Amino acid sequence: MKYYIFFTLLVLVGCSSSVTPVDDGLENQIFHFGNGSEPQGIDPHIVTGVPEHHILISLCEGLTIPNPFGEENLPGAAESWELSDDGKVYIFNLRKNATWSNGDPVTAEDFVWSWQRILTASLGSQYPDMLYYLEGAQEYHTGLTDDFTSVGVKAVDDYTLEVTLKDPTPFFTGLLSHYSTWPVHKETVLKYGSIDDRNGEWTRPGNFVCNGAFNLKSWELNNKIVVEKNPMYWDASKVKLNEIHYYPVSNVMTEDRMFRAGQLHVTSTLPSQKCPVYLEENNPDLRIDPYMGTYFYRLNTTNPYLKDIKVRKALAYSIDRKLLVEKVTKCGQIPAYSFTPPGSNGYQPTTSIPFDPDLAKQLLSEAGFNAENEFPKLEILFNTNEDHRKIALAIQQMWQQNLGIEVELVNQDWKVYLSREMVGDFQVSRAGWIGDYEDPNTFLDLMRPNRGNNKTGWEDQTYDLLMAKANSTNDQTKRYQLLDEAEKILIENMPIIPLYTYVRSYQLSPDVKGYNPHILDHHHPKFIYLERD
Amino acid sequence: MLNIFIKRLLLAIPVLLAVASLTFFLIKLAPGGPFDADKAVSPQVLKNLNEAYNLDASEWEQYIDYMSGILQGDFGPSFRFPGRSVSEMIATGLPVTFELAFYAILIALLIGVSSGVLAALKRNTYLDFIPMAIAMIGICVPTFLMGPLLVLIFGINLEILPVSGWGQLPGDKILPSITLGFAYAAYIARLSRGGMLEVLNQDFIRTARAKGLTERNVVIKHAMQGGLIPVVSFLGPAIAGLLAGSFVVETIFQIPGLGRFYVEAAFNRDYTMILGTTIFFSAMIVFFNLLSDLAAMWLNPRSRDIS
Repeated sequence: MKYYIFFTLLVLVGCSSSVTPVDDGLENQIFHFGNGSEPQGIDPHIVTGVPEHHILISLCEGLTIPNPFGEENLPGAAESWELSDDGKVYIFNLRKNATWSNGDPVTAEDFVWSWQRILTASLGSQYPDMLYYLEGAQEYHTGLTDDFTSVGVKAVDDYTLEVTLKDPTPFFTGLLSHYSTWPVHKETVLKYGSIDDRNGEWTRPGNFVCNGAFNLKSWELNNKIVVEKNPMYWDASKVKLNEIHYYPVSNVMTEDRMFRAGQLHVTSTLPSQKCPVYLEENNPDLRIDPYMGTYFYRLNTTNPYLKDIKVRKALAYSIDRKLLVEKVTKCGQIPAYSFTPPGSNGYQPTTSIPFDPDLAKQLLSEAGFNAENEFPKLEILFNTNEDHRKIALAIQQMWQQNLGIEVELVNQDWKVYLSREMVGDFQVSRAGWIGDYEDPNTFLDLMRPNRGNNKTGWEDQTYDLLMAKANSTNDQTKRYQLLDEAEKILIENMPIIPLYTYVRSYQLSPDVKGYNPHILDHHHPKFIYLERD
Repeated sequence: MLNIFIKRLLLAIPVLLAVASLTFFLIKLAPGGPFDADKAVSPQVLKNLNEAYNLDASEWEQYIDYMSGILQGDFGPSFRFPGRSVSEMIATGLPVTFELAFYAILIALLIGVSSGVLAALKRNTYLDFIPMAIAMIGICVPTFLMGPLLVLIFGINLEILPVSGWGQLPGDKILPSITLGFAYAAYIARLSRGGMLEVLNQDFIRTARAKGLTERNVVIKHAMQGGLIPVVSFLGPAIAGLLAGSFVVETIFQIPGLGRFYVEAAFNRDYTMILGTTIFFSAMIVFFNLLSDLAAMWLNPRSRDIS
C-alpha cells in the first residue's frame, strides 16, 4: 500500500512541468489569451460577439485600426483619407504594399465587394446597419433596389475607395474599426460558396485568407484557436508576437485558476466575487480599465402604472447609485447619471439624476399613490446570473425602503428573458449596452422610435428630431450640444434608469506589454509583445 | 442471447424515433429563438435568417425535412456556429468525451471494486468502515466541488498538475478523470460490498471453502462472479450517465468534449445541435444499457442457461 501511494505521487510529480505556458510564451513570443467562449465563427460579416472580435482583429484589417493610446483611429488598410467640405464624401487611399495572406494585393474593389456581401439580404448578416450610413445602403439591403451601384461606395481605381454618406457622420472612421466593415477575400469566399453562403468553409484553417497581422494556424473546437504571424502583412516588421493562442474558457472560475497556474497571459473577465478581494490584496495582475458600457433598467412605458413619468422618476430618484457600486458591484464601477458614458469621444453629458428619497416619495404621491392607494407590486426581470440578482436585491430593498413599493424578482433563462423583453412582457427589466463605436450615437440612437433595442415603448418626436439634426451636422461641438439636449429629454422622461458605467476588470500578466486600456476593449495585436521586467 | 440482442436493437429504433420527434416539438415550445440576441436584429434580418435555415416553413414541413435528413445521416447545420454541421461537431467532441469517460470508469472500477470487495471481506473492521465512509463522501460531494478542490490542491498549491486542458500539457488528463471517476467509484464500492456480502454467505462459497480452495480462489473465481453482477448492471447507465453528464467536469477543466456542446446548445436554442446531441446520447444510453444487461445475463449462470 505504501509503495502504491509512493509510486502514484512519483507519477504525479513526474507529470508536473516547472515551465508554465506563460514562461514558455515569454521565450517564444506566444500570447496565451483567455477568450470567454467558443467563437461562432470568424467570418467578419456573420459573427456578432466579443470573442470573435478578439480573434478577427488579429486576422483581418479594416480601413482604420484602433489606436492603442485611445485617440483617433489609426490608418489600417487605408494609409490616408480625405473628407469633403460637406463631410459626406470620404476618399480612402489604400496602401499599395498591403496584401492578402496569399500574396494578392488588397484593392478598393475588395472593399466594394465585401460591403456588397454584408448588405446582401440573403446572407442574413446581423450587422448590416453598421453600413446604413452609406447612401443607398439601407435601400439595397431591404430590397428597395437591387442595383448595388446606387450604394455610396465605389472603387475609383485599384487603390482609391470613394465612400458617399447620407449625412455627415463624424464617427465614421471609428465605425470602420468594427469587424462588420472589414474586407474578405472575394476569390476565397467564392471558391467555397456563393456571396450569400453562411456555411461556406472558407473560414477553415488552410482555406482562410485575410489581410491581418496574423494567419489562422489551427482551430480545435472548444479547445484552442492558434494564429501565427503573417509574413505578408504590410507592417510585419512591427509585429513582435509569433503566435496567439485563444482559449474559449466560458467558466470564469476556471479561467481565474488557469491564470493563477500560469496558463494564461490575460483573462477575458474576472469572477465578480474575486474583484474586491484582489483590490484589497493590491493584486498587481488586476486591471480595471474604463469601458464604454452602461448598466441600466428598462421601464415598460406601456404599463398602466409606469406610463406616468412621475412614477418613473420616483423609481429613479430613490436609487442610491453610489451605494450600489460601493457595496454591491465593488469593482470600480462608476455611478451613472446619463445613458451615454461620460467622456465618450470627448462627449460630456450634463444630465443628473438625484438620489432624493423625499422627492421620489413626493413624485409618487403626485402620481396618485399613497398610504391609502398603494403602488401595486412591481416585477424586476433579469436573466439568471448571480451579479444581476445581487443588484436587483439592492434595488428591491431601496424601492421598498424609500417608496414602500413591494418588488418581486423574476429571473429567467437568457433566451426567455430576451423573448419577454422583446414582446414587452415585463415591467422593469435589467439591461446593459456596450458601444459598438466610440461615439454617443451608439447609445442615444437606441432610444429613437422604431429601434429594435428600445424595447421600452417610449417614443418622443423632439428627441428623434434632435438626433436627426445632430447627425446631419458636420460641426462636432454643435452636434454634441444637440446630443446633450436629446440626452436631457431622455433622462427627463426616464424610460430607462441608468445605474452604473461598466469597467473592464480582468487579470493581465506583467509580462504583457502594449496592452493599453481601450474604451471599447479593442487591442490590435501588432502593438502587443511579451517582456519580463 | 443473439436473439435477445437483435430484438432489443430493433426495439431501439422506435424509441429513438420517439425521442427525436418529441424533442423536435418540445424545443420549439421553449420561448426564445436561436437568433435572439442582446442586440436585437431587425425584422428584415430575422426574416433573412429564418429563410436561410428553413425556419419560415411550417412546423410539419420542417419536421419531415429534418427526419428525412437524419435518416440519411445528416443532422443539419448548427445555428449557433455558421459553417459547422452538427455531425461534424459531434464527431469532434465525441472522442474526447469517450476518452474522459473511459479513464473515469477505469478509475471508478479500480477503486470501487477493490475497496468494495475488501470492505466485504473485512466486514465490520476499519478496512470496511474507512473505505465506506470515503465512498459516502464521494457520493455526497458533487463534482463541481470535488473538481475545483483537487485543482486547488494539486494545481495551484502543490503545482504538480495542470489546472485545465486536455492533451495539451503533460498530466492534464489526471485531475478530470479522477474527479469524474471518484463519484462513480463511490457507488461501485457500495454496490460491490453489498453484492459480495450477499454471495459470501451462500452455500456454494461454503462448499468451495470446504473443498479446501484458497481464499484468493474463493473470492476471485467464485464470489466475485456473482457478487459483481449489481456493478455490471450499474455500468450501463453509469457509462451513459458519464457521457451525457460529463458537462460539469468538461466545464471545470476546459475539456473540448460533447457535454459542453450539449448544454450550451440548449441555452443557445441551437435547435439542430440540441436534436443531434439528444438523439445521439439517447442511442448511447440504449446501447450501453443493452450491453450491461447482456453482460449481467452472461455473468449470471441461471439467466445464461435460460437464454
